Amino acid sequence: MNNILNIQNLKKTYHTKEKETIAVEDFSLSLADGEFVALVGPSGCGKSTILSILSGLEEKTDGTIIYQNKKMGYMLQTDALFEWLTILDNCLLGLKIKGELTDEKREYVISLLKKYGLGDFLNSYPSHLSGGMRQRVALIRTLAIKPDILLMDEPFSALDYQSRLAISDDVFHILKEEKKSLIMVTHDIAEAISMCTRVIVLSKRPCTIKKEFLISLTDFSTPIENRKAKEFSHYYEEIWKEIDHES
Amino acid sequence: MSHEHKIYLRKIRQEKIFIHFCQFLLLFLLLGIWQFAADKGIIDSFISSSPSKVWDTILSLYDSGTLFHHIWVTTYETILGFFMGMTLGVLVAVILWWFPNVAKVLDPYFTVLNSLPKVALGPIILIWCGANQKSIILMAMLISVIVAILNIYQGFQKVDSQKIKLMKSFDANKWQICFYLIFPNSKKNLMETLKLNISMCLIGVIMGEFLVSKEGIGYLIMYGSQVFNLNLVISGVVLLSLLATVLYTVISFIEKIYIKKD
Repeated sequence: MNNILNIQNLKKTYHTKEKETIAVEDFSLSLADGEFVALVGPSGCGKSTILSILSGLEEKTDGTIIYQNKKMGYMLQTDALFEWLTILDNCLLGLKIKGELTDEKREYVISLLKKYGLGDFLNSYPSHLSGGMRQRVALIRTLAIKPDILLMDEPFSALDYQSRLAISDDVFHILKEEKKSLIMVTHDIAEAISMCTRVIVLSKRPCTIKKEFLISLTDFSTPIENRKAKEFSHYYEEIWKEIDHES
Repeated sequence: MSHEHKIYLRKIRQEKIFIHFCQFLLLFLLLGIWQFAADKGIIDSFISSSPSKVWDTILSLYDSGTLFHHIWVTTYETILGFFMGMTLGVLVAVILWWFPNVAKVLDPYFTVLNSLPKVALGPIILIWCGANQKSIILMAMLISVIVAILNIYQGFQKVDSQKIKLMKSFDANKWQICFYLIFPNSKKNLMETLKLNISMCLIGVIMGEFLVSKEGIGYLIMYGSQVFNLNLVISGVVLLSLLATVLYTVISFIEKIYIKKD
């Protein structure tokens, strides 16, 4: 398979007054086109740092990243919608900033919104939308710049369990349909197994790869259905064992 | 509409009317007692004036053709000082936000300037700019600008860090973060600062008029006190409260049309 992203021996150090902290060390990952990968690990281990570096928000200390001309789309922990902009304007934000807004791209965004059940809300404001809908808007805002790889940083953690299940199904469908690849950071093992074909377990600080699981479920379909697969609990247990739990 | 809902709405309306009624009653009562006490000689109307005398004073000012001149002068100075203070306030706040190190360097100076009673600078301004309108406007601006800078800058800093992260993930530059995020996000805060500052400016203007003493409501009050004409002093205070109310209402009105209610 063709790799669209190669990360080799990534390292990131933070400096504070007291000390130097190694957040990420010796992290390597190759991502195939269309692949969904989850990074799981104890909280505060530096998972988010990897995404921040990949999206260009932070500088890496060492290592190489080969992008193969692929564009990154970053989806944050909160939806971070601008309350003073309409849903459509929120989704067009990235294009406006990049100065790439054309009629054609505007139509594309509107078509995305319509396709994913937000057609009636183009001119509404975010405060009128439910948490799950807001997440969908945030996703479409990310998709508007036509990224090849989606980076998601615990994107549903602010939602209640019900909406969380529903939106992970939605996001899964949208990303598969738009043929995107995904690197997702999560602390929810079930979410990782049900959405991704590869789960990478990360260690405590400094964050390195501890173990990699290739997930293959019988009747692989949607995240909610996948949770019913007979291998699901087996993977869950195995991954659970690998995560460094605080005693 | 259900019967219960009608009763509920009526109750709310009645309550509102009652509150307004009490407010007016209180005003009439106070004025009535004041007038009564002055008429009966319980208080000395030479030093405490009376509502009827205040009214007469205002009428005579009107007859002499100077009433609106004084009101206009004060209004004009306040508005000019207000605009200059706000413009400078926004400008400096943007600079502080843009260069965090500048903010760090200036921090102690702002603390001192903020706690310093600006009235103390009055005599200096008077000597530098002369006893004229320039001094008054400068005073109004000075008294409002520090509060404006600090308030607006604080508003700028309150922006959700996730939103800034989002902007950066789109490769936004500082101008874009400023115009797409910081400004619209601070709209409410800006409006609050406007309200605060219009009264600050009025304080500055009256202070300036006290010192310069040529025209305006502050001059009326100062002049009245110097010639021991308490009628004029209290008339000035009454005019000033009316002017302050009108200015505040105008700002509130602008706020209402500017901030859409979702």
